[in-house]
Amino acid sequence: MSQGKTWKYGDNVNTDVIFPGRYTYQIMPPEEMARHALEDLDPDFAANVRPGDVIVAGKNFGCGSSREQAAACLKAAGVQAVVAKSFARIYFRNAINLGLAVLQCDEAVDALEKGDAVDLDFARGEIRSAKDTFRFLPLPDSVLGILEAGGLLEYTKKKLEKE
Amino acid sequence: MGKTLTEKILGRKAGKDVQAGEVITVSPDYVLSHDNSAAIIQEFRKLGVKKVKAPEKIVIVLDHIVPASDEKYAQNHKSIREFVAEQGIPYFFDINAGICHQVLPEQGFALPGKVIVGSDSHTPSYGALGAFATGIGRTETACTWATDEIWLRVPETMRIDLSGRFRPGVFAKDLSLKLIGDHGAEMANYKAVEFAGPAAGDFSVGARLTLANMSAEMGAKNGYFAPDGKALKWLEGRARGPFVAAASDPDARFESILDCDLGGLEPQVACPHTVDNVKSIGAVAGKPVNQVLIGTCTNGRLEDLEAAAAIFAGHKVHPSVRCLVIPASWEVYREALKSGALAVLAEAGCVILNSGCGPCLGAHEGIMAAGEACLSTSNRNFRGRMGHRDSEIYLASPATAAATAVAGRIADPREFV
Repeated sequence: MSQGKTWKYGDNVNTDVIFPGRYTYQIMPPEEMARHALEDLDPDFAANVRPGDVIVAGKNFGCGSSREQAAACLKAAGVQAVVAKSFARIYFRNAINLGLAVLQCDEAVDALEKGDAVDLDFARGEIRSAKDTFRFLPLPDSVLGILEAGGLLEYTKKKLEKE
Repeated sequence: MGKTLTEKILGRKAGKDVQAGEVITVSPDYVLSHDNSAAIIQEFRKLGVKKVKAPEKIVIVLDHIVPASDEKYAQNHKSIREFVAEQGIPYFFDINAGICHQVLPEQGFALPGKVIVGSDSHTPSYGALGAFATGIGRTETACTWATDEIWLRVPETMRIDLSGRFRPGVFAKDLSLKLIGDHGAEMANYKAVEFAGPAAGDFSVGARLTLANMSAEMGAKNGYFAPDGKALKWLEGRARGPFVAAASDPDARFESILDCDLGGLEPQVACPHTVDNVKSIGAVAGKPVNQVLIGTCTNGRLEDLEAAAAIFAGHKVHPSVRCLVIPASWEVYREALKSGALAVLAEAGCVILNSGCGPCLGAHEGIMAAGEACLSTSNRNFRGRMGHRDSEIYLASPATAAATAVAGRIADPREFV
């Protein structure tokens, strides 16, 4: 179980505002990616995000470009999970592949506001706050193996070693 | 119960009967990447294997920042060229080829019935020719290079039945924007989108590429037209090998069916800062712009350049506008030279750039300053995508783009027809 504060955004947060195209084809270390996280959506985010914080957003989070840094920069910034009403499909895959938790829960998104303290309990599938306790949709079995291995690279490495 | 095109293609690959909702592991026919191969190579090296498993399935096209605009991009390109040589990857296209989503169809990789994954969100474009094609991330591209396999969830299918005919001045791009405007940017999230109905066969391969490309902006996993005589004819002399076409059965299960009459459509414009913020041309006409971009994987083909040239004939680019033209590939560039379209555009005062992605993703060749507006034939108008976060992007067809470049403000192409 881990605690953090929430950052709240709307529907259709796209990967261009999460990690701008002007940096996309530069190869940079994670800590530098973190400095550009959400740069064109919320210029205050990168300087003020704390490890364990949680992003709460509406529908279709991560739509647009397939750029993986849009998941990597949030993980590098210390974000422990994104809670949204739905995720764009490539973003969902990228997040799982990098070990960033992506949780679907309409009720939590409707209830939570910016700055709320939340506890995430992955074992019970719960988001707890002073307002209420919300249950998120369990991740499909097909992707749990990847998350449990710590991401797709580790998962694939283990698989290749077995061969 | 019949099968959809996607269920058939993925089922054949998986070696079993599959249906929507199932998660399967398949060995793709081709794995596409572009300038981001440099980052993918770094991930691949972490896997501890020396060689990619199936070099003949890897297709790499340099297109995003071509030629390299600074030392970092130059180093990326260099590391990709070295990797291609080291791994014996036969299908590498350097800076003189064009945008991957135009090159793969032209070079006969995008074929009916094939499974193509690509580390680019507009990979669904190849559905225009009846392939199953979908975008993936960098890490999974690296892992697919190493293992020659990837997991996919078989998507549900939304069918869009097209009927009627476009009126003059209205194009496939207007249709795609209208659909996204009416139904939202996640109208097909995780789904396959089949373009069907009595008018589907009227669409040129170029127009099909535009629609399949824009299915990415609907959130679709893949978007496609069932391959017909027109598609097969286009592939003559291009196809790299045999292929087995698939089409949906009449009794296949569609999650939803939308009817769409083309005759009632007007030119459409997606306004800042989302692709689903769509208005008919009349509601935005008159808005001054500083830049017009005609090109990209959505609308940089010969018929797009010719539609623009038809508007420009006898006109000049407005003195307050910078009009950039980027043929989607060097094949298109040469065809447009021969057809005379490029001459018309050059005479009109357009700036013609090397085939590639250009400023679409905000890396080079026409980045915008704060307060500037661009009307673009590309596929995304997200805040900051083409430059400063306080610049604006409007999306429209090549004809609307050309009319806008002439007028200096967003203009209805029908005034020029």
